[in-house]
Amino acid sequence: MELVERFLLGGLIVSAFAVVGEVVRPKSFAGLFGAAPSVALATPTLTLFTEGKHYAALEARSMIAGAFAFLGYTLACVYFWGKGVFEPRQPPLPYSLSGGSLP
Amino acid sequence: MRIRFNLAALKQIKWNEYLTRFLLGGAITVITGLIAKHFGPVVGGLFLAFPAIFPSGATLIEKHEREKKRRAGIAHTMRGRSAAALDARGAALGTLALAAFGALIWQLLPLYNAVVIFTGALALWLALAILMWRIRKLLR
Repeated sequence: MELVERFLLGGLIVSAFAVVGEVVRPKSFAGLFGAAPSVALATPTLTLFTEGKHYAALEARSMIAGAFAFLGYTLACVYFWGKGVFEPRQPPLPYSLSGGSLP
Repeated sequence: MRIRFNLAALKQIKWNEYLTRFLLGGAITVITGLIAKHFGPVVGGLFLAFPAIFPSGATLIEKHEREKKRRAGIAHTMRGRSAAALDARGAALGTLALAAFGALIWQLLPLYNAVVIFTGALALWLALAILMWRIRKLLR
């Protein structure tokens, strides 16, 4: 049951931020929502109820390192897409985790 | 440059693209929870910043721009890739705000009400992201 709740909440929050990112312009501003705290809102919210505040705070501390790794990923995309080295539809790791199902 | 809303952009998105994002977001959240359960909050927390929205968003932007040019009779174009790179620039700023979001929760969650802290952290993320975006625009 907990996994179902996680799945639904995560899916809803990610979709909501993605929709906001689709409708706002200009494009560089819309890009901000690509790094919105979607999983970061869904996961600790549920963790709070099961594991408590200190556990969720520890997760948030690690998330800072994860955010810098994400920064490296986006900068690599800016460089490689800008230079035309590869196309956005050619799968970097997170995209490939979707099983290539993304159009 | 003004921030505006273009609701017509929603019509460009097919239902299966919405579904894919929902499934991807749900799956990543479940996997993150499972990783935290098995390896603890320190390892699990790394995945709270997993790029759940950015890769599919950039791919869609590139695809839509490419299709727009193809409909206009232009077969080969850099436009889609440039638009995706622009989206990635915005996401890069968003990641810095995401780090601030995590720092605020880490420091204040054990001390104060969780609803207040999560709302405040979300407001901080949005305010910082917009501020950095505006500064970047001014410096260009």
